[in-house]
Amino acid sequence: MKAHMLSILVENRAGVLSRVAGLFSRRGFNIESLAVGVCEEPNMSRITVVAYGDDAQIEQVKKQLNKLIDIVKVSDITYRDHVARELALIKVNAETGASRAEIMQIATIFRAKIIDVGTRTVVLEVTGDSEKIDALEKLLRHYGIKELVRTGRIAILRGLKTVKSQKPE
Amino acid sequence: MKTGANILIESLAREGVDIIFGYPGGSVLPIYDELYDSSIRHILMRHEQAAIHAADGYARASGRVGVCLATSGPGACNLVTGIATAYMDSVPVVAITGQVPTSMLGNDAFQESDITGITLPVTKHNYLVKDANELAGVVREAFYIAKTGRNGPVLIDLPKDVNTDLVKNPVPAPDIVSLRGYQPTYRGHARQIERAIQLLMEAERPIIYAGGGVIASGASQELVEIAERLLLPVTSTLMGLGCIPCDHPLNLGMLGMHGTEYANFAVTECDFMLAVGVRFDDRVTGKLETFAPHAKIVHIDIDPAEIGKNKPADVPIVGDAKTVLRDILARVSTRDAASPWLQKIDAWKKNHPLRYNDGDGLHPQFIIQQLSDLLAGEGIIVSEVGQNQMWAAQYYCFRHPRQWLSSGGLGTMGYGFPAAIGAHFARPDEQVFDIAGDGSFQMNIQELGTVAHYNIPVRIAILNNMYLGMVRQWQELFYDRRYSYTELPSVDFVKIAQAYGIEGMRVESRDEVRPALQAAIDAEGPFVLDFRIEREENVFPMVPAGAAINEMIGGHQQ
Repeated sequence: MKAHMLSILVENRAGVLSRVAGLFSRRGFNIESLAVGVCEEPNMSRITVVAYGDDAQIEQVKKQLNKLIDIVKVSDITYRDHVARELALIKVNAETGASRAEIMQIATIFRAKIIDVGTRTVVLEVTGDSEKIDALEKLLRHYGIKELVRTGRIAILRGLKTVKSQKPE
Repeated sequence: MKTGANILIESLAREGVDIIFGYPGGSVLPIYDELYDSSIRHILMRHEQAAIHAADGYARASGRVGVCLATSGPGACNLVTGIATAYMDSVPVVAITGQVPTSMLGNDAFQESDITGITLPVTKHNYLVKDANELAGVVREAFYIAKTGRNGPVLIDLPKDVNTDLVKNPVPAPDIVSLRGYQPTYRGHARQIERAIQLLMEAERPIIYAGGGVIASGASQELVEIAERLLLPVTSTLMGLGCIPCDHPLNLGMLGMHGTEYANFAVTECDFMLAVGVRFDDRVTGKLETFAPHAKIVHIDIDPAEIGKNKPADVPIVGDAKTVLRDILARVSTRDAASPWLQKIDAWKKNHPLRYNDGDGLHPQFIIQQLSDLLAGEGIIVSEVGQNQMWAAQYYCFRHPRQWLSSGGLGTMGYGFPAAIGAHFARPDEQVFDIAGDGSFQMNIQELGTVAHYNIPVRIAILNNMYLGMVRQWQELFYDRRYSYTELPSVDFVKIAQAYGIEGMRVESRDEVRPALQAAIDAEGPFVLDFRIEREENVFPMVPAGAAINEMIGGHQQ
């Protein structure tokens, strides 16, 4: 079992997300994370899914996804040269001046931004790969994390290559 | 100025629709008002489930798209089983449902159900149309999607206001549908076809394993030609019956759980398998590891997701069965006949024929054989699900594709009778028989109302054992004869038929079988035959679930 990253180009139509998510659940595949947003092509969205499975299972998911009419392109970019990022917002207890200073130091090391400071909490914004965010989370747990919000992973191929639709004939 | 309903009916007519099976209700009133003076015929069924099965039967018998119509909420929900049936067997059906007005969507309005959400996993595609302007295009797309690639059901959900809205200049449907996300592959990859031919030519013990895809793509002729030219024995799935005439010397009949012994032996020993339009379903393969264990497998299917799903293929060929088989035919002439293999198969056929205990009492297998004989293997045979289905599949001598309609994938009891109604309208000149069980028949028995209403000459042969026979058989074999809730009390089906004004006959002995069948065949209208068969007759041979297919119960000693 390995985490696979699928980049899925879809027609921007009502219900397309539930078609994709529903397919994963009814065929018994777990989604680790999911991110959706508009993309460079008009009337299209890109969905990035991280799912666990062996290569054969993921191949079957890809084929089943391709059968959905609103899906234009499915690429498994796991083994291709890519960069991947997640974003997290973390609200941490910062009751004392000492802990506040320490948290700000940690933030600097992780190149996280402090985006809100309250009398008893600070909110950090951090982007990076999963491991980096996990590491930051682990350090901050010591101070007490009040709330953690993480996006799904998004990824893009390096260099000239892109995940694009084939032009209709 | 046109209303949405107006555009809908015009669009259906443009797709060549001449008949709709349906059931009216509040949200489809505008559509029914259009149908009132339309040239498209509407058959009023007695249940929405029957409407979708009838559309399915129409599609399977004709090869054209079947259409059904139901109202919102309960009407739409009653279609679900039939849509799933069509989805599992890849049948081109367009289901049209009414919906509450767009302004009320999502409000739990009266007779509202999220039918596009509900049918997401069982449709090839579905639409909730919110603008009458889009309607013509959606109908065109729906028919295109249903009938191309791997066929399947498409649902169109139409809110009431979309049907009543006036459209000034409706957007016409495009002549050619072009969908970026849907471009089915018809032509097989040339190099893969070469590899397939090479393996085939090297094979000593080859076999063809043919399924519903052969019927759907109209490839029966090509299949028989390849079989004859290269001397390849053919076994078919339940869905593939009729792709080769039953009495063809190369035909091995059905394989799998209730397949012939010789088909299952041949599959187990073959060294090459040409799998065409099949999906290696568990009812066919039994234990996957021991299915065709020595074979190089060439798998031809129009759906890439079926290739390698259950069984890895040595040569995958994505493409339409007819197109690919033609390409193969164009490149092969003859093959040195692997005669020891054919001789071995002939010996199996001789020593392990299908058989039943033809002693006293009324045996269902005998009834099917007599029907097959009387109709000379012609006509359209529709089945319900269970023992009746397997006996019909084993003992009817099918000669043509689209002659055998049965719910294979989903196994829907109650499918047969309404599907037979649809089949009649697809091919009105054919004799249409529904081979039923007393359990299955009672699942859509209300359709007696429909056949009486329109005087539809569908003949229902009930193999009545007062049991849910197949479940009882499993209880006998695997649950120590504990017949838990499988016994049904006797029902006088003849009287029920009479109450609808339909002719019927009860048959209790062997001598009465032929005259009774003949009476049904000769009848002007519908006819119900209530055959009181041996109650504990079993379907044999049988491969227990999860066993290897050459390990059969009820076969001969090898």
